[in-house]
Amino acid sequence: MSWVTQTLASSLGRKVIMSLTGLFLCTFLIVHVAGNLQLFKADGGRAFNEYSYFMTHNPVIMTVSYLLYTSIVVHALMALILTRHNQASRPVKYAYQRPEANSPWSSRNMGILGTVLLIFIVIHMRTFWYTMHFGPIPMAEYDGKEYKDLYKIVLEAFSNWWYVLFYVIAMGALGYHMVHGFKSGFQTLGLRHKKYTPLIEFLGVYVFSMLIPALFAAMPVYFFLKHVGVIG
Amino acid sequence: MNLESKIPEGPLAEKWARHKFGLKLVNPANKRKYEVIVVGTGLAGASAAASLAELGYTVKAFCFQDSPRRAHSIAAQGGINAAKNYQNDGDSVFRLFYDTIKGGDYRAREGNVYRLAEVSVNIIDQCVAQGVPFAREYGGLLANRSFGGAQVSRTFYARGQTGQQLLLGAYSALSRQIANGKVKMFPRTEMLDLVVEGGKARGIITRNLVTGKIESHSAHAVLLCTGGYGNVFYLSTNAMGSNVTAAWRAHKKGALMANPCFTQIHPTCIPVKGKYQSKLTLMSESLRNDGRVWAPKTKEDAEKIRKGELKPTDLKEEDRDYFLERRYPAFGNLVPRDVASRNAKYVCDEGRGVAATGLAVYLDFADAIKRDGRTTIEAKYGNLFEMYEKIVDDNPYETPMMIYPAVHYTMGGLWVDYNLMTTIPGLYALGEANFSDHGANRLGASALMQGLADGYFVVPYTLGDYLATIGHADKLPVEAPAFKAAEAEVKHMVDRLLSAKGERTPEEIHRELGHIMWDYCGMSRSAEGLKKAKGMIQDLKKEFWTNMRVVGDAEEMNQALEQAGRVADFIELGELMVDDALAREESCGGHFREEYQTEDGEALRDDANFAYVAAWEYKGDNQPEVLHKEELVFENVKLTQRSYK
Amino acid sequence: MKINLKVWRQKNGNAAGKLVDYKLDNISPDMSFLEMFDVLNDELMHKGEEPVAFDHDCREGICGMCSMYINGRAHGPQTGATTCQLHMRSFADGDTIIVEPWRARAFPVIKDLMVDRSAFDRVVQSGGYVSVNTGSARDANETLIPRTIADEAMDAAQCIGCGACVAACKNASAMLFVAAKVSHLAVLPQGQAEASIRAERMVAQMDAEGFGACSFTGACSVECPKSISLDHIARLNREYLGAKITSEAV
Repeated sequence: MSWVTQTLASSLGRKVIMSLTGLFLCTFLIVHVAGNLQLFKADGGRAFNEYSYFMTHNPVIMTVSYLLYTSIVVHALMALILTRHNQASRPVKYAYQRPEANSPWSSRNMGILGTVLLIFIVIHMRTFWYTMHFGPIPMAEYDGKEYKDLYKIVLEAFSNWWYVLFYVIAMGALGYHMVHGFKSGFQTLGLRHKKYTPLIEFLGVYVFSMLIPALFAAMPVYFFLKHVGVIG
Repeated sequence: MNLESKIPEGPLAEKWARHKFGLKLVNPANKRKYEVIVVGTGLAGASAAASLAELGYTVKAFCFQDSPRRAHSIAAQGGINAAKNYQNDGDSVFRLFYDTIKGGDYRAREGNVYRLAEVSVNIIDQCVAQGVPFAREYGGLLANRSFGGAQVSRTFYARGQTGQQLLLGAYSALSRQIANGKVKMFPRTEMLDLVVEGGKARGIITRNLVTGKIESHSAHAVLLCTGGYGNVFYLSTNAMGSNVTAAWRAHKKGALMANPCFTQIHPTCIPVKGKYQSKLTLMSESLRNDGRVWAPKTKEDAEKIRKGELKPTDLKEEDRDYFLERRYPAFGNLVPRDVASRNAKYVCDEGRGVAATGLAVYLDFADAIKRDGRTTIEAKYGNLFEMYEKIVDDNPYETPMMIYPAVHYTMGGLWVDYNLMTTIPGLYALGEANFSDHGANRLGASALMQGLADGYFVVPYTLGDYLATIGHADKLPVEAPAFKAAEAEVKHMVDRLLSAKGERTPEEIHRELGHIMWDYCGMSRSAEGLKKAKGMIQDLKKEFWTNMRVVGDAEEMNQALEQAGRVADFIELGELMVDDALAREESCGGHFREEYQTEDGEALRDDANFAYVAAWEYKGDNQPEVLHKEELVFENVKLTQRSYK
Repeated sequence: MKINLKVWRQKNGNAAGKLVDYKLDNISPDMSFLEMFDVLNDELMHKGEEPVAFDHDCREGICGMCSMYINGRAHGPQTGATTCQLHMRSFADGDTIIVEPWRARAFPVIKDLMVDRSAFDRVVQSGGYVSVNTGSARDANETLIPRTIADEAMDAAQCIGCGACVAACKNASAMLFVAAKVSHLAVLPQGQAEASIRAERMVAQMDAEGFGACSFTGACSVECPKSISLDHIARLNREYLGAKITSEAV
């Protein structure tokens, strides 16, 4: 085995893969939420559709997006491998356990949270990404140029109460996944220092597990409330 | 028998250097052909096994614990002495030597003690190089403290866990040699006999504690690094597994046992609570630097406290007896361990003891807290106070701490010469298992020093001399009749222990032995009491072999069986300790004979008649042991009476 | 007090085990948890039954030999303490207490509550030392080690090797144990020459022994009798990654 495969096959190497893919996905969350905030712009979806066009045609973004898809797959597969390995490390289970006495719930249930997120991603991509790329999709025209009207797809999807509910639950899962995941990513890379770790923990809790999931969840809720006429 | 101490000629300071030069060397290419057995992996054992393997010898190491890292050296708290004189306060090799000889009440050999002081400096260097995290000053230099009433600061320490850190250092060196294949480690394995043939130690018989398998191991030399026998008292600060079995069975095969009655009783232990109590916990001696020891002045007050009708904090200043300060105005609460212990016992014997049992005195920090503030006291002793509170469930910042003496260390052990060889050629004893360096009383922070001195810096030199003399062909195969006979003997003993179908558990008998030893061969001893104890021990021995019961089988993990074997040896050792205490008609160090005291109740030594090492020879089952004397010669120190007034 | 016990009984490593009920009366709240087991064993032996096998030695919280999983927690409900430092006053009269051995693939059961922790020894043998032969050391004060560094090393070095970290971890990971040793020697100048190779070898051995991976739940540090910090795990990660990327070994 070369040193690379040897490193990546070790328990620490596998955790590093989890960490790097996970933290990369965190940066994507920032871009994604920032871009999608344009949904709230009261311009009938123009800004959002132009943004969607840009995201699907810029060569740099397109390259990064493939890296993103790979990261999701690798993150999930590696999690599966690690979970199986970890379960095998204790073939005989305890008859009675009180894990709540020594560790937070989210830290022990990253696999469940991650599975919820994976299901969410599949459904989410089927609804938007697939439609955007493979149609059928209505078109909109701004300044004589044709754009795929993804905004309309959003409106339709979020008029569905159970679909909205599913999104809100998934964002709850994202929040819990981030509480533990964000700071863990740094821990795995050995980036821990009494000067900087408090900042990392702050970002993990307030930005990645509260602000970002809340903003994401606000989108379906907003459009649903609009749909039922609670807000104008 | 001629007890040849082999102390080299010449001036004290040159003895060791000259001796080292005179020792034969083993050809480096031949070293791997020599096999050495090391029993016990505490400070002495682990350091010896690692050092010998580094030299190239083939080593087999044994311990009864599940890992060599758990030997009881790990529990030592205070520190390790070394004559580094880093503090520029007047320390020197000679002063450490002098303090040790005097502290031992002049019952140790000058040559051995001087060598100990001499190599003490190398120990610190070695341990630091291994990564032992000794306490440091802000500038990065090593920190020292004064310990156990010493007048210089020569004690190196790693928080309150010095023994642990030193042991982990030796364990890491041992681990490195195990990885190198130079040491083969046998954890959970107990030595049950020594094989002697042609007048030389040839190997050992062991029992695998997991499978129960009895096995023979052959070697050119056997090193017993098996610690002390304080558990003969049942309750002590020793670990539950600490035992005398290896040393005692070697004794029965011809190794002489020296000064067995020399026991150190430590004054600041947490008192006994109930009859279920399995062990005693030591509180660091440093507590006496700031705590004041007292008991109620009257029996009446003491009784009210025992019944819980009166709180110690309610007792007025004039109703308290600060007995150490009263009797020893110069040293006060900092008198040596034996003196502090004995005085606590007197107070309790007078009926002035506290706690429900009446077997405790107070160690009070109220004045220190008033003087220095709670923060300062907390910084100094916080962890100790916490430990006390965990055990006793009482807050020592508010109510005075209760303390009582407990057995802590045994100065006696297998007789060894200057080379650490016992009276059986090829059998060595290192560390607490031998008798050599502490005389009748050991100074604080000197046990760690001795264990490591023996293992790192003495035996690696002296063992080669013996091995070079005998040659590598002089080794007995395990198929030899001597091994087979010893194996059969061990199996017979195991069967005998398991076949008894009486009423009592080994634990109960052990506890009873402990009571006898504590009452009659503990802090103070009298001819009358000792004679009574001897009879009681003999009766107990009969009881053991006729009315004991061990459940379970021989061919499996059987902790009751392990214990039974150890108790059998403790009973025999107990009888010898009583004999030794009876024969030593003087008081010295930890050995206090009531008949031999000064007018004001202090130990009265008899240098004219008892300045010798009492080495006992086993003569067969139920036969009286024979006393051999090694006269002690003092050329460099003047014998004085200790006084702490 | 009265105590109901459910204790794991298993004849040996190959036999099947089960929880067995015992009732004890007259337990004093001042007893240590292990003394309560002494009482149980005394009763069992008087009835001619085999006593419960359990590891214990110093009974003052430093040797690391005792290892019971009590009511769902390593070393019981107290934090910062070993089983031998746990007292019965931590329980209420009439309580039911479930006692199991450490559970991990790398710690097979020997008998009852006793497990084989030699995996830890093998991890240390793989590199948990400074290569210095006896006698080759220079003067102890020649290397300056600032107090803060010495304290940090000591924080890590005080690990007692009891295995509570493995027992408490949902993945039976030994990261805190390995990290404590790697960290202790990595911060000290004496240990730096071998820091890279040590981290690489010890992690490889840890994996080979069948311990799980770290998920940073923090359970190990909470249940550790010496409260060893998770900072050391971060340092191990750093040392290991750094070593893998920079070391000469290919």
